[in-house]
Amino acid sequence: MTDLATPETPSAAGDGSRTPLVELRDIRVSFGGVHAVDGVTIDLYPGEVVALVGGNGAGKSTLIHTLAGAHPADGGQILINGEPVTINNPRDARTYGVETIYQKLALADNIDAAGNIFLGRELKTRFGSLDDSAMSSATQKLMKRLNPRFKNLRTPVKSLSGGQRQSVAIARAVHFNAKILIMDEPTAALGPAETAEVRELIMQLKSEGIGIFLISHDIHDVFDLADRISVMLQGKLVGTVNKREVTKDEVLAMIIIGKMPGEVSTEEIEEITH
Amino acid sequence: MVGMILATAVIWISFNLLSDGDFLTARNLWNLSVQSTSIAIMATGMVLIIVSRNIDLSVGSLLGFLGYVMAMVQTRWIPNTFDLGLERWYTWIVALVVGLALGALVGAFQGFLVGYIKIPAFIVTLGGLLIWRGLIFRFEQGQTLSPLDSTFGRLGGGGADGSLGDWKSWLVGGIACALIITSVVLSRRRRQRYELPLRPMWLDVGIGALGCFVVVAAIGLVANRYISPITGNPTGIAYPVVILIMVTILMTFLARRRQFGRYVYAYGGNPEAAELGGINTRKVIMMTFVLMGVLCAVSAAVQTARLDAAVTNLGVTNELDVISAAVIGGTSFAGGIGTIPGAVLGAVIMQSLRSGMVLLKVDSPTQDVVVGLVLIVAVGLDSTLRKGAK
Repeated sequence: MTDLATPETPSAAGDGSRTPLVELRDIRVSFGGVHAVDGVTIDLYPGEVVALVGGNGAGKSTLIHTLAGAHPADGGQILINGEPVTINNPRDARTYGVETIYQKLALADNIDAAGNIFLGRELKTRFGSLDDSAMSSATQKLMKRLNPRFKNLRTPVKSLSGGQRQSVAIARAVHFNAKILIMDEPTAALGPAETAEVRELIMQLKSEGIGIFLISHDIHDVFDLADRISVMLQGKLVGTVNKREVTKDEVLAMIIIGKMPGEVSTEEIEEITH
Repeated sequence: MVGMILATAVIWISFNLLSDGDFLTARNLWNLSVQSTSIAIMATGMVLIIVSRNIDLSVGSLLGFLGYVMAMVQTRWIPNTFDLGLERWYTWIVALVVGLALGALVGAFQGFLVGYIKIPAFIVTLGGLLIWRGLIFRFEQGQTLSPLDSTFGRLGGGGADGSLGDWKSWLVGGIACALIITSVVLSRRRRQRYELPLRPMWLDVGIGALGCFVVVAAIGLVANRYISPITGNPTGIAYPVVILIMVTILMTFLARRRQFGRYVYAYGGNPEAAELGGINTRKVIMMTFVLMGVLCAVSAAVQTARLDAAVTNLGVTNELDVISAAVIGGTSFAGGIGTIPGAVLGAVIMQSLRSGMVLLKVDSPTQDVVVGLVLIVAVGLDSTLRKGAK
């Protein structure tokens, strides 16, 4: 189970010695004797999208939670820009520029877009009161960049569409200069048009040099967006492959039977695709 | 909010018709304003508690306890224990400060158990309901403490000097009108600056004019029209009502313009999101109970002052009135929804029903039946309309 592919991304291309933005080394997490994540090593370069795929319970969310600060790792090492770091909670993660967009959109429905984007990091006036005007204005600028169709700055996010809500969640991450973005099933709850919107957004962020971990079970999403694909099965890493060097069927084979593209037979692939 | 104002108008006009014009008199409305204050003051705090998905059942008992302690300060501790005598200039201040501090302390204790130890608020405050009432009897075997300091007594709004009087009431009215106009203008300017959709000019002007009209009418037709039976002069706005207005403004400011208020609503809307946003949710929860304790002390001062005595059953079942006022005022038990002015209006509606029925000579048990039905219907209507709006 070794890393077959060499990272070949826009920024990393032709520079194999470059330090990755994030390295998760030999990460282990167990829940009461069950190894949810068992010695997984993955990395991420600036301006790159690495998809993390696997069936239910493969351990991909648990793995990424160690980086997001939602759940600490029991073993292993996290390096950011080559430096070992300790991440115990979401606050720690943020100080290293790690922002997370959770599967269940972590938005307060009863509060407007600006309120959600600045939740926990509100802008204040000289007198310590909330500076709603400044927050609205910043939100407007942010949305102009991320999603120009976004207009409802002052309504509670409850009344927004799924795509717009996702924009708010992403805007929150982006505004605070995220260098590393974790997206846990960002399109799971969205319709086709909204999914397209979010995809555009991901490409936009990638072009700005942000590194993105994308957790998804949608193989189409993964192939459209990711540069590299890391596959997990039963808490272990099956392997990481370069998207351009594999087919969807080969990735499916990795997800389902845990075999790398070279090891898998034509019969096995046929069995899977039927 | 508009619906509630309309409901209030309907209730007032109906009672006026049924009582042959006895309801909409200066005297009755002035009394209504004073009688609503105690519940309304506590309801402003209950909104934040319910918005953040908790409940406080202890407010009635806590009010009784704090009222009793404040009376102890005036009638026992200052004059006897410290041998400083009665009716000192500082008596009412010391009593009030002790009450407010103790209210904050009790609130912090209950809030700590709810926020940090994670004992359900229902249980903690149900315990509090028994504890604080029971502790009253530790002082002087629970005998009635009376009379209280005369300056303290003004907080209750009774007597010859419990109100602002003629010209001071107009001064307050003038300030209120200036504030209303300023806030309409500022909000319009802000929206202009950020190119947000504006309300039509006539509506903004209308809102400002209506606000000022209500203020002027309340003072001219009620507060100053009511001639005090003691002094023979216009009574003016009662001190407890002044306190309620200040509490309402302060609490609204806290809820809407301060980080604390934002966190309360965010937690109510989505506790997980608040947690992941890095908010210290435990502290926020505790602070809502601290505020509630302080507001209980304010109401306790008003009620004991009005009675000119502290009695053991002061505030019994007030928790139910306070929760009802918040809920009639649009606060939702689902969390995240509710406004301070709404709760105040809820308290006024409840008191209107009660005093209207008193005018019509409806007996007290029947009043309870009606208020109970109104509570259920109000919440039922509200949730049906909300569903319809989606």
